[in-house]
Amino acid sequence: MTPKLFLVCALAALSFSFSGCANNTIPPAALQLQKDTLADRQLQTRRFETEDEKALLIAGSGVLQDLGFNLDESETQLGVLVGSKKRDATDAGQMAGAIAMAVLFGSDMAVDKDQLIRASLVTKQSKNGGYLLRITFQRVVWNNKGVISKIQAIKDNDIYVQFFDKLSKAVFLDAQEI
Amino acid sequence: MLKKFNSLTKCFTFLIGATFMLTGCITTGEAVLDSKNNKSQVELRSIQSRAFDTADREKTLRSVIATLQDLSFVIDKADMDLGSISGTKLDGYSLRMTVSVLPRGEQRLIVRANASYNQTPVLEPKPYQDFFIALEKAMFLTAQAVD
Repeated sequence: MTPKLFLVCALAALSFSFSGCANNTIPPAALQLQKDTLADRQLQTRRFETEDEKALLIAGSGVLQDLGFNLDESETQLGVLVGSKKRDATDAGQMAGAIAMAVLFGSDMAVDKDQLIRASLVTKQSKNGGYLLRITFQRVVWNNKGVISKIQAIKDNDIYVQFFDKLSKAVFLDAQEI
Repeated sequence: MLKKFNSLTKCFTFLIGATFMLTGCITTGEAVLDSKNNKSQVELRSIQSRAFDTADREKTLRSVIATLQDLSFVIDKADMDLGSISGTKLDGYSLRMTVSVLPRGEQRLIVRANASYNQTPVLEPKPYQDFFIALEKAMFLTAQAVD
């Protein structure tokens, strides 16, 4: 082995050592309020004309159950409920793409398979009377090779609208004891 | 003879490479104790803590929850008795944070936060400054350095 080759090998080993234990740095904006913070808050929050925080939390936990969530954590004194569920993450479009790639190029493209969806529901007294309820969702998706493919907050407008529709019904049903 | 020398050189290169890789990584002890960071316990607490002129622990904890939600966290755990809140932010990365609220004297509370970005502890002062700026807004109170 020539000294030159030896140097190349040593440098390669050094670069492997960096890639193996990468130095992770937090993105600068990770803990800063953003322009869309207010819009997100409005999307995820509704005010309920009630003075009974506990009843609102019970209605909220009922809706989480309606949506198939299992309760992981609760702290009624602080108005917090946390739930999660595991679901199929197969996407028809992605599957079609993978099949096309396999047929055309014989490649084995990874496709999304499983996901863990988490939700936290928080109630808080409103300055305008009644209670505010804020729900936030996030998910982790694994592909068919067992590798995490997505790790994200869920900010789909329609999901929040549907959640609050169901919650409004639940509050009404609970109030009527139906 | 030359062949033997070549294989010895290769072996030596491999060992050097392996040593570099090992020095890049951390031991179990270093991972458990986070002892590889060069911050002292006092320095770390100072970066991660602020004092607020209020005795209302519940309101402070609820403000912490609201701030975490504003910062796109989903709450993992909340405990009124312990005075601690944990949450996770997922945005192409995983940022986990625990915030505890402890009384200091009659009229003051200490809020301490610690965060992990993916598998790395967050030790820089700036992200904590950002968090306390957001918390100040939710609490309508000024965050003061802990003396």
